[in-house]
Amino acid sequence: MAQRLADRDGFSLASLAGERRRVRKEAVIRALFLAAAALSIVISSLIVFTLARETYTFVTQVDLSKLWSEGWFPRRALYDVRTIFVGSVLVTLIAMVVAAPLGMGAAVYLSEYAKPRVRRVVKPVLEILAGIPSVVLGFFALVWISPEIVQRLNSEAALFNLAAAGIGVGILVTPLVASVGEDAMRAVPKALREASYGMGARKVTTTIRVIIPAAVSGLVAAFIIGISRAIGETMVVAIAAGASGGSLFSLNIFERGQTMTAAMASMAAGTDAVKGAGLTFQSLFFVGSLLFIITLSLNLFADRFVRRVRQRY
Amino acid sequence: MPPEAKTAQGSGSGSPSVVPTRLEIKRSPSDVPLSPPEDVPVFQVDDLSVYYGSFRAVRDVSMTVCERQITSLIGPSGCGKTTLLRCFNRMNDLVEIARVAGKILYHGVDLYHPDVNAVEVRRRIGMVFQKPNPFPKSIYDNITFGPKVAGIKGNMDEIVERSLRRAALWDEVKDRLKESAMGLSGGQQQRLCIARALAVDPEVILMDEPCSALDPIATGRIEDLMEEIKSEYTIIIVTHNMQQAARVSDMCAFFTAEVNETSDTRTGVLVEYDKTEKMFSNPSDERTENYVTGRFG
Repeated sequence: MAQRLADRDGFSLASLAGERRRVRKEAVIRALFLAAAALSIVISSLIVFTLARETYTFVTQVDLSKLWSEGWFPRRALYDVRTIFVGSVLVTLIAMVVAAPLGMGAAVYLSEYAKPRVRRVVKPVLEILAGIPSVVLGFFALVWISPEIVQRLNSEAALFNLAAAGIGVGILVTPLVASVGEDAMRAVPKALREASYGMGARKVTTTIRVIIPAAVSGLVAAFIIGISRAIGETMVVAIAAGASGGSLFSLNIFERGQTMTAAMASMAAGTDAVKGAGLTFQSLFFVGSLLFIITLSLNLFADRFVRRVRQRY
Repeated sequence: MPPEAKTAQGSGSGSPSVVPTRLEIKRSPSDVPLSPPEDVPVFQVDDLSVYYGSFRAVRDVSMTVCERQITSLIGPSGCGKTTLLRCFNRMNDLVEIARVAGKILYHGVDLYHPDVNAVEVRRRIGMVFQKPNPFPKSIYDNITFGPKVAGIKGNMDEIVERSLRRAALWDEVKDRLKESAMGLSGGQQQRLCIARALAVDPEVILMDEPCSALDPIATGRIEDLMEEIKSEYTIIIVTHNMQQAARVSDMCAFFTAEVNETSDTRTGVLVEYDKTEKMFSNPSDERTENYVTGRFG
């Protein structure tokens, strides 16, 4: 009987056990990958832990009346969270006023109207727009949007103002809204489009009455992701909204203002030692925690919406 | 009124026990009138070819489709039946690279004339698709979609009831019109799609393998339904099921796919078009005979 190549030294348990060296190598490789995965989890956990610890220090030691004062001046130990929270909300609102219609329009165009050839060009361009460094957009917001748009709308407006920052953030967020929105609309099955066209519906009717209702959860997710990105945006606001040292509480979008992110950035980058007055350093972590909680819950919320879209079809 | 009488028979009950009536009506070829009293042409297809880019999917089809008849298109996969069907209501317009050569006259008007608006065509020539595709809306809203799109305003209750009755679905869904259409069974969904197509009162209904996703009982109901509505509508149906073509259609067109010599593609050609009864008993072309007797395809 012909001896098989693999068993030329005879057949026993060792024949099927495989080479020791290779088995060990396999185990080492496995361990390396596990370590890589574990490390990233450890790092994230440490970040969250540090945030939580310093936040705890801040919350337990701060004079609570300082959390509700005339403005956000951490170096003078005035931590009016309202000021920067309202700043963030205002910038996000303005950003979404810009990004929602623009992004939605672009999404509808790309998904329903653009010919494949056009889409092949426009979609990558849109994604490149999403890759513009935010510092560039911040500068653009300051030197162009502020004088050419905001100050024309309102001649009283300061050069540094929340409105220009909000529009800048809106431009930054538009490609994201458009891209996620387009994915949601393209996920609507072709059969539904055909059903509608087969009934003699026009394109606009099909889009408004069939595609958008069917894709609504994905579109909501696109908005939420846009909001979450707008809240987290720092550079545009830090440059265009001014108010680097601190800010008085104000609802006027044509004035200087500060958002939670910009407040953190200016404090952390401040040359005159953040460690200065009492809890200034810890206040950074406090604001960071708030931001973390807000964006995390928005993202979780959006994620659930996207999942619902996937399940439907 | 005849349609109501028919509807009553078709939708008498939702229970499956009435369904086999369909199967009892075994039509022998002689039952089929050789030619309906008035053969009024609705479509005249003249030397039609359809291209996808440079690929020719169907070539040189000429045939006449008559009013209030059921015309079936049969043939093996890839022979262009569906492509041809989608020319009748210009659904191929949705495929960017599709191009049509030759003519389809609808009551003497060239459907592909530059002034013809596909939207207007589709309001007169409705379509039912292979896979039931109700909108993810309520049953009621599915039916009213077409009339609303066509600009009809006001109370639609009557249209909804009439359409659902004609599609033999009323008794099964009348108590849950506001519920989602997605909760219906496949056969009910397909009848809903037929009702939805009927709601805009089209003249022609194109059916693209309407029963291929359905079980035999649901199929029987759809076939019954076609028989019932035939007195008011012209129906063109693509089917893979030869028994179905033999059972329901008055006229039958057999297509086959020719392998192109220069490339590895297939182009559909119309082999034979005649009365269904003749196609299945005494076809003139050997290829038809081979297909209908199951020796090919």
